[in-house]
Amino acid sequence: MSHVAEQLPLDRVVIRFAGDSGDGMQLTGDRFTAETASFGNDIATLPNFPAEIRAPQGTLPGVSSFQLHFANFDIVTPGDVPDVLVAMNPAALKANLRDLPRGGVIIVDTADFTKRNLAKIGWAHNPLEDGSLSNYSVHALDLTGLATGAVSQFDLTRKDASRTKNMFALGLLSWLYSRPTEGTLSFLSEKFAKKPTIRDANIAAFKAGYAYGETTEAFEVRYHVAPAPMKKGRYRQISGNLATAYGLITGAQKAGLQLFLGSYPITPASDILHELSRRKDLGVMTFQAEDEIAGVGSAIGASFAGALGVTTTSGPGMALKGEAIGLAVMTELPLVIVNVQRSGPSTGMPTKTEQADLMQALYGRNGEAPVPVLAAKSAADCFDTAIEACRIAVTYRTPVIMLSDGYLANGAEPWRLPDLSAIPAIEPGFATAVNATDDAGKDAFHPYERDPETLARAWAVPGTPGLEHRIGGIEKAARTGNVSYDPDNHEYMTRTRQAKIDGIVRDIPDIAVEDPSGSARVLVLGWGSTFGPITAAARRVRLSGRAVATAHLRHLNPMPANLGEVLRAYDKVVVPEMNLGQLATILQARYLVEISSYSRVRGLPISLSELEVDLIAEIDALQEEN
Amino acid sequence: MTANGLAGVPLALEPLSKKDYTSDQEVRWCPGCGDYAVLSTFQSMVATLGIKRENTVIVSGIGCSSRFPYYVDTYGMHSIHGRAPAIATGVAVTRPDLNVWVVTGDGDALSIGGNHLIHALRRNVNITILLFNNRIYGLTKGQYSPTSELGKVTKSTPYGSLDTPFNPVSLALGAEAGFVARTIDSDRAHLTQVLTAAAQHRGAALVEIYQNCPIFNDDAFATLKSPDGALIQLRHGEPIVFGGGRFCVVRDADGDIRVAETETADPERIVVHDETRGDPSQAFALSRLTEAGVLRQAPIGIFRRVPRPAYDDLVREQIDAVRAEDQAAALAAVIAGQDTWEADER
Repeated sequence: MSHVAEQLPLDRVVIRFAGDSGDGMQLTGDRFTAETASFGNDIATLPNFPAEIRAPQGTLPGVSSFQLHFANFDIVTPGDVPDVLVAMNPAALKANLRDLPRGGVIIVDTADFTKRNLAKIGWAHNPLEDGSLSNYSVHALDLTGLATGAVSQFDLTRKDASRTKNMFALGLLSWLYSRPTEGTLSFLSEKFAKKPTIRDANIAAFKAGYAYGETTEAFEVRYHVAPAPMKKGRYRQISGNLATAYGLITGAQKAGLQLFLGSYPITPASDILHELSRRKDLGVMTFQAEDEIAGVGSAIGASFAGALGVTTTSGPGMALKGEAIGLAVMTELPLVIVNVQRSGPSTGMPTKTEQADLMQALYGRNGEAPVPVLAAKSAADCFDTAIEACRIAVTYRTPVIMLSDGYLANGAEPWRLPDLSAIPAIEPGFATAVNATDDAGKDAFHPYERDPETLARAWAVPGTPGLEHRIGGIEKAARTGNVSYDPDNHEYMTRTRQAKIDGIVRDIPDIAVEDPSGSARVLVLGWGSTFGPITAAARRVRLSGRAVATAHLRHLNPMPANLGEVLRAYDKVVVPEMNLGQLATILQARYLVEISSYSRVRGLPISLSELEVDLIAEIDALQEEN
Repeated sequence: MTANGLAGVPLALEPLSKKDYTSDQEVRWCPGCGDYAVLSTFQSMVATLGIKRENTVIVSGIGCSSRFPYYVDTYGMHSIHGRAPAIATGVAVTRPDLNVWVVTGDGDALSIGGNHLIHALRRNVNITILLFNNRIYGLTKGQYSPTSELGKVTKSTPYGSLDTPFNPVSLALGAEAGFVARTIDSDRAHLTQVLTAAAQHRGAALVEIYQNCPIFNDDAFATLKSPDGALIQLRHGEPIVFGGGRFCVVRDADGDIRVAETETADPERIVVHDETRGDPSQAFALSRLTEAGVLRQAPIGIFRRVPRPAYDDLVREQIDAVRAEDQAAALAAVIAGQDTWEADER
């Protein structure tokens, strides 16, 4: 019997899919995100999974989740807490229940709620039966049984049949939130093209889930979230790692240089290596090196040979690459190093996010080894930041560190497709002719002759006749580049290398402050992926009738020319960071202003509601002082 | 016909000489160092290859021998300790028109850079690696190295070293190298012949060069070259006899390879050297005739020279097979992806 459920309009919803790490929760979340993005909602996502590929089944450490925030307005975070929790087993329910506010919706697969499975996670009673979930709106369904039933006509093992439960759940949620389904159907057809039975079973389970919502009376209402207003244009959804890969390709193409990636697999950066390895159609060369050092080493070799050398990694890999980055500083060769930061130290929490590699990026090398450092603020912003990193690296003949993080890497958001023809060209300006005379008065090529504007040295690539030269890690004599141990020369070269990087400040925009009221006394300054929580919290603060200013740093070295002036213009500067106050320390040392450091190191993005409450307290306290 | 290691490198229009490959930098090795002979031989040899001077690149690591690039008037990089094979890989993969050399030592290649060495050989990147083996750390002033004989007394091993040395030729063969040779600083003709063959081999070539350090390990190879020693010359297609014909290398019925007196040896069992054998077992067995302690006996020459596809050629082939004609349009298509939607201003 079909029934017509009432359709309720909603502004925004946060759904969290949670299950065992083998249950396909990331895939389910990805598909729901794609359906939602193509419908025109604004989205932000937060995948959260264990580092273990398959932790013991049914246990708390094995729980993997995917959170999606979608809305009919512009949103900037994946949401602190879910409105809806889809739990595929008891462990997923237990691990996520504490995040669900009272009144939240739980859709739970009852198939695994056996005594044995409950005992595994320390539950003596079945919460579905003992009334402990009475504060929530619970839909307890045998999703596994329903999915297995829906695919009974296919020749599947019991295990394969039960694995379609994630598609059944996706179908049900697609109905519940009125999502378009064509994208998922064609995705399944393509993904399982070579396994027709699995393909057909997954499609059948997905359709059965949708039909289940439509025909049963388990759900009295379904919801509708209207498309969000967005700037006119063509959009896609994009993750930070994908945007980084595209930015690197674009940067190299704009410079007319061969893109060469030398990289060693490491979570959460590997997807950049994967994407660039697929892009042989775009001429990208990738080299999976034997270790992190060979990754950066091969990239330096490629740059020496006239390509754009890039290496991608995470914190532990950065530690290993330090000496080689110093070589690129000394040899003054272009090099882009992408650090997708994760929780540390040591192995830390590889799949969890953090911003604690800022000091490492700025100072983590022997000797005075200044390196420009940039940070992306959102998944889509990784594209622009990667192009900027390429531009600085090529223009100034220097290694550039681009900081991303695990949250940006895997999180997705809508992205308005860029107009590639509008992106300015990058000019490598290779040396092609002699540029000096030697002591004997003969024409000579001096690899350390500098452009007077940028202080970039002459870059002559092997194969250029008459410009043969040797470079290396030993201190260079100014101009000639010959080996030099002269004390005055070392002082001069050390200061020149610093001046070259400092001078990039003339080539970067001032930091912009957002303060709609114009009366804010508190400035919230962020860098990297805290952009989302800071922006969202500031909006809420403003909605409460208080004034707050926000500003965000992309360039961490050098910092924008007006930064000191901006910092001094406010009574209080709050710097939220996913570390113990690294940027705050640097700002205090450099600008002699007092900074209120706001630190969170939970391996998760900063909670916007927590930040909102704390900002309001700061603002009110300041008000009371006067 | 196998491709030449120099295929793709542009030819010089005018003949070049040793002088063209000599840089203006003052050579700063200790008096009597074996490196001088290798440098001089290299400068002459590379001029005979017939390629343009600007298309040679030499990458070195850290150590005495790694100063080598400064003295050769080509493109070069004196890099960081142990990493030269990785850096050279980036050069070779991106530029098929370059003749790429790695200059390294026993500490640089076999200790701190051991990982990069074996992987460059395994991948078969088209580079030629010159491993200067003086069996000691020279630049850091005399500690034992991974090729020093067991029991070596040095500043860091006053009671004698405790660890078994590497045999670089055995190691290279075990790492799947297609070209493995050994030569010695004091034999200019042999050095020239081996370096030329190595340059012309397509793929990774490893040349171990016995090189005397007169300061910290003088006469490490003196016994080998003396009448008491045995330098076993390997010549392709010839029976392996040495010591003025007194000794030979035989293969026993059980497959073992050993040194025997020629007079009493079964002539049928004297090994005829074949550097092109696909199976590396015989080359490895020959490499084991090298003494690990004080060197009295060691084979020199080309142990193995077999064609294998070069990694960098394969990388470029993969790209060439699928590279889109219009790169800008292809990039725009990739960036747009499969799932896009249109938003109107509302």
